[in-house]
Amino acid sequence: MRLKIPTNFRIIRVPCTGKVDIIHILRAFEKGADGVYVVGCMEGDCHFNEGNFRARKRVEQAARVLEKIGVGKDRVRMYNLSSGEGPLFAQYSTEMVNRVKEMGPSPIRLARQQMAKKADAA
Amino acid sequence: MIIAEKKPIEEIIREVEAYDRILVLGCNECVTVCEAGGKKEVEVLASVLRMNFMAQNREKTIDERTLERQCDHEYLEEIRDVIDQYDAVISLACGVGVQFAAEKYMTTPVLPGVNTVCLGANEDRGLWTERCQACGSCVLARTGGICPVSRCAKRVLNGPCGGSTNGKCEISKDTDCAWQLIIDRLKALGKMDDYEIVAPVKDWSTDRAGGPRTVTREDVKI
Amino acid sequence: MSDYVSDSRLERVLKAGHLGVTSECGPPRGSDPEEIKKKGLLIKDYVDAVNVTDNQTAMTRMSSLAACVHLKLLGIEPVLQMVTRDRNRVALQSDILGAASFDISNMLCLSGDHQSFGDCSQGQNVHDLDSMQLVQTVRYMRDEGKFLGGDDIKRPPRLFVGAAANPFADPFEIRVPRLAKKIACGAEFIQTQCIYNIDKFKEWMRRAADRGLTEQVFIMAGMTPMKSVGMAKYMKNKVPGMDVPDEIIQRLSGVEKKNQAEEGIKICVEHIQELKEVPGIAGFHIMAIEWEEKVPEIVEKSGLYPRPEV
Repeated sequence: MRLKIPTNFRIIRVPCTGKVDIIHILRAFEKGADGVYVVGCMEGDCHFNEGNFRARKRVEQAARVLEKIGVGKDRVRMYNLSSGEGPLFAQYSTEMVNRVKEMGPSPIRLARQQMAKKADAA
Repeated sequence: MIIAEKKPIEEIIREVEAYDRILVLGCNECVTVCEAGGKKEVEVLASVLRMNFMAQNREKTIDERTLERQCDHEYLEEIRDVIDQYDAVISLACGVGVQFAAEKYMTTPVLPGVNTVCLGANEDRGLWTERCQACGSCVLARTGGICPVSRCAKRVLNGPCGGSTNGKCEISKDTDCAWQLIIDRLKALGKMDDYEIVAPVKDWSTDRAGGPRTVTREDVKI
Repeated sequence: MSDYVSDSRLERVLKAGHLGVTSECGPPRGSDPEEIKKKGLLIKDYVDAVNVTDNQTAMTRMSSLAACVHLKLLGIEPVLQMVTRDRNRVALQSDILGAASFDISNMLCLSGDHQSFGDCSQGQNVHDLDSMQLVQTVRYMRDEGKFLGGDDIKRPPRLFVGAAANPFADPFEIRVPRLAKKIACGAEFIQTQCIYNIDKFKEWMRRAADRGLTEQVFIMAGMTPMKSVGMAKYMKNKVPGMDVPDEIIQRLSGVEKKNQAEEGIKICVEHIQELKEVPGIAGFHIMAIEWEEKVPEIVEKSGLYPRPEV
């Protein structure tokens, strides 16, 4: 299957989305990511029973706190699909990238760039 | 254990706004178990604070550290050599830990990062409920092992009051009537006759009413 | 007569074997005494004593003691209600002495509704004593002439001491043991929660009589006339510990809205007539909530007027 997917995101593989903690999501933003999406199995199909439910809770936690500090809740999102659904993965990826593009760069990334410039000038 | 819950992030941000070098200090005991102030919560809070100030283009140092306990000299001493590097500490320990740290480091503001709620149990995943109010003179032997002081909204010692409906308290349908629980337990124990023993007027001097409480043990003092 | 523990008219009426009648007045949410005086005068000749509620439903009001004094000065006998929610043992004992200094002769000991129902939901509650311990405290002050702390009281209070009972609260099986406990603590009269479920109440009375409790305490049945079907539904669904059978609601919905109040009074009178025959009933506590003007009519129609001379 040769599917077109955006190239401006990095895939981090985890054994199960249940492994993803809120701190992993926050660290990505702290390091300058403009958006994070977690792609898990269909709800009810988790090999570990509730891994993807845990992931959803953590994505929600991250969204809440990101909203409060002005980064925006929509920069993080949970998707579910089954392992055979490559086209759907491509579709979700495109959707997420477009959504983040619409929002523009994360304020954290802009701040980091400015800090770097300042450091260069000094 | 001591049950605490995270303070709203806005409140913490407001409290630390004025400081540039901040240490977020967790505790490995009760607050870790109730997921309010352990190492994980320290990481999350520190990350959120860093991002918050970064987004405002304000440079601050926000470091992380978690101690075995904050209610013990031994562990609190571990930060003595670094404490002067910070303008403020946000302690995610219970009120005991926050104070003990504050007493030890007189010139550094120590701010609470959690609200200490009660002495309770982990009843279910994500559910912590009160079991004890540390009244200093336990009545559980006479109440079927269920505490009317902490679990009855009116701490009625000869209950239930007239507001008990279908085993629930008048204050909320989600709150069990402590006296219903006591009666259920007395029945299960075959001790319903004990129900009619009148609980005498309680000596509350061992409770908060008697002033700050201490336990002194000459036999273990050195 | 030396058998009397107080100068209470209510005590004399009950001990003479008459059916006693009490009613209830809520103090105002302000400092104007006229309202409570008016309510009192309205029912003065139809009842033996008038309960004055103590910040009922935890809404801040004029103090029960002050309102009692206003009634007392008009020659109306008050029953001072006291809840353990707002005062510790210092204040409770102090107010008992204050009441006794005005020769207030009756007191009803209660725990009080939780403060979350009222206008000070962020306030502390005290509950230093519970209602049974308050009964014990008054009895100790009166009978032993001592404060809880052990010191002698100069001129101990002479109060006829009552407690409340809710025959309908859960769990039902401890309702009679609970009454026994209140009697053991020293309650001399009992005023019950509003009764609508007559059968369940009779069952409670039967069990109380079986244990000999009706010989040890005067039980006054609580009656509250329904003003409308809306009130009946509210009482059924919203008021903790209230048992309103569907028949009552059906009967009220069966009449036109403008006649529902009249029907409510009729039901109330019928219930009193029926309960008069129940062994162990010592009288009626008629709580016409914000409807005091109807008390004379209910008393008359129930055959409880005129009140006996004692």
